[in-house]
Amino acid sequence: MESAELIRRLYESIGEACVTSPDIAHVEIHGNRVVGRHLVPGLKVEAEEAEDGVSAHIRVTRGTQIAEPVRICFGILPEQGIQRVRIRTDLEEGARAAVMASCTFPNAVDVLHEMEAETNIGPGAEYVYLERHVHSPAGGLRVVPHARIDLAEGARFRTDFELLKGRVGQMEIRYRATVAAGAVLEMSARVSGRGDDRIAIEEQADLVGERARAVLTTNIAVREKARAEVKNVLRAKAAYARGHIDCKEIVREQGYAEAIPVVEVEHPQAHVTHEAAIGSVDAKQLETLMARGLDEEAATDLIIEGLLSPTHPSST
Amino acid sequence: MSSDSILELQEIILELGGRRILDCLSMAFWPGHVHAVVGPNGAGKSTLASMIMGLGDYRAHGGDVRFEDRSIKELSIDQRARLGIALAWQEPARYEGLTVRRFVGAGAADATEAALRRRLEQVALDPDRYLDRAVDRTLSGGERKRIELASILAQEPRLVMMDEPDSGIDVEALGRIFDAIRLLREEGVTVLLITHSQTVLEQADHAFLICCGRMVAKGSVAKIKEFYGERCLPCDHQNAPREDCNGER
Repeated sequence: MESAELIRRLYESIGEACVTSPDIAHVEIHGNRVVGRHLVPGLKVEAEEAEDGVSAHIRVTRGTQIAEPVRICFGILPEQGIQRVRIRTDLEEGARAAVMASCTFPNAVDVLHEMEAETNIGPGAEYVYLERHVHSPAGGLRVVPHARIDLAEGARFRTDFELLKGRVGQMEIRYRATVAAGAVLEMSARVSGRGDDRIAIEEQADLVGERARAVLTTNIAVREKARAEVKNVLRAKAAYARGHIDCKEIVREQGYAEAIPVVEVEHPQAHVTHEAAIGSVDAKQLETLMARGLDEEAATDLIIEGLLSPTHPSST
Repeated sequence: MSSDSILELQEIILELGGRRILDCLSMAFWPGHVHAVVGPNGAGKSTLASMIMGLGDYRAHGGDVRFEDRSIKELSIDQRARLGIALAWQEPARYEGLTVRRFVGAGAADATEAALRRRLEQVALDPDRYLDRAVDRTLSGGERKRIELASILAQEPRLVMMDEPDSGIDVEALGRIFDAIRLLREEGVTVLLITHSQTVLEQADHAFLICCGRMVAKGSVAKIKEFYGERCLPCDHQNAPREDCNGER
C-alpha cells in the first residue's frame, strides 16, 4: 500500500484527518516502516527500519520551544503483525515540546506492539507526552510499553496514557523515572478493561534531588472477567522531595483489581503520600445520579466515564 | 388519606441497626407549597428524606409512602426520580472527571446547550465558567450545592427535598439557594426543606417538628418556631420526646 494511503488510513482509524499544517511536526510509523515525516526547526528525528519495527532518535535542540504538539502515529492496520519500537527522546536544556502519540491497531486479532523508550529531559526542559490508543473490538492485541525517563534539574515531564476505543487485550505498562532536584513528574494512566482483558501497570519514580516532586495517578475500570494489577512505587531520597500516589479502580461483575502502592522515604524531610480505592462505584455518587432518574447501569457508566476522562484534574 | 396531598407518609416505621429511627410517622405535603421538617440532631430528618427517595438501607419497614396517590414504597430510586421526586444532599457527591455539563445534563428533561446554560444561570453560576469544569474537589461546597440544584431544576421534578440547604455554605450562596426555592415555588413544585436552621425554616409555608422519629408538632412556621424555641431548645430529653410532646403522633 502506498505511504499516503497508509497515513490516511492510520489517521482515519483514530477518527482524525491527516496533518497538513506546515507548523505541525508529525511522524507516522506503520509496522516497521516510517511512512511519513515532517519536521519543524529544532526538532531532529532519525529513524531506522528494522525487520520487526523501527528505532528512532528524537531530539529537541537546546532552548527550542515547539509551539504546536508534535503528532506521532504508530500502528498496524492488518489483523496480524508485530511492531517493536525503540525510541530515544532527548530534550536538551531549556527545550519545550509536547507530543500527541496515537497508537492504532483497529483490526488487531493477533498483534504485538512493544515500545522500549528512553527519555532524557534536560535541565529546565519541559516535555508532555500524551499517548492515546485505539484497539480492535476483539482485543487480540498485546501492548507492552516500557519507558525509562530521566529528569534533570528543574525539568518537567507529564505523561498520560489513555485507551480511547476498543478492548485492551493484554497490556503491560512499565515506566520508571528518576527525578532530579526541583524537577516535576506527573504520570497518569486511564484504562477500562472488559472480557478477558489483562492490564498490568507498574510505575516507579525515584525522587533523588532536593524538592523533586512526582504524582502517579492510575484510574482503572474492569468488568466481565477483566483483571487489572497496578503497582505504583515512589521513593523519596532527598530533602523536601514530595510525592503522591493516587490509584482508583472500579470493579464490576467478575472483574478483578489489585493495587500495590509502595512508598519509601529515605530522608527525614521528604514526604510521600498514597491513596488507593478499589471496589464498586461509590454508593453516594451512584444514588445521586439514580435520584436524577438514571438506572443503575447508566449511572455507573457515567461515573466511570468521569473517572477515565482526560478532564480529571490530575491529568490536565 | 388526604386527596389534596402530593406526598403522604402513612405510619412509617424505619429501623437501622436494630434502632427505630422513624416511629409511626404520618405526614402529608401539599402540592406547590414549601414545607419544612425541623427537629434536633438525631431526630430522623435526613432519614426521612432518604426514605422518601428510597436510598440504600432507608427502606420503610412498616407503613406506606404514597406519591400522587400511588404507593412508591417498593420502587427503586430511579423509578421514584422518574415520577418527579428529587433530593439535594446535605453534602453533594463529588465526581472526578465528570463535567458540570454531563452531570446537569444526566437527568435533564431538556439537555440542550441552551437549557443547561439556563439552569446554571438560575442558580447564579456563569455557564462559561462552570459547564466544562469537573464536579470534583476543585469546587467549593457552595458551588457544588448550586450545581446540584441546577441538576435538580433541569430534572423538572414535582417534589424537591433539600437536606440542610444551608450546610457548609456562605451567606451569598445561601441567598442564591433561597432564590431557587422561590423559583421552584413559582413553578408549582412542592419543596421539602430538612433543617434545624431558623433562617431556612422561614422560607417555608408550613412546618413539621419531629423528635426521635416521632411527630411532635405541625402547623405554621410561626407556631413551630415558638414550639421549638420554648420546648426543644431547653429540652434535655435525648432519647425520646417528653410525654407532653407526643400530641401530634
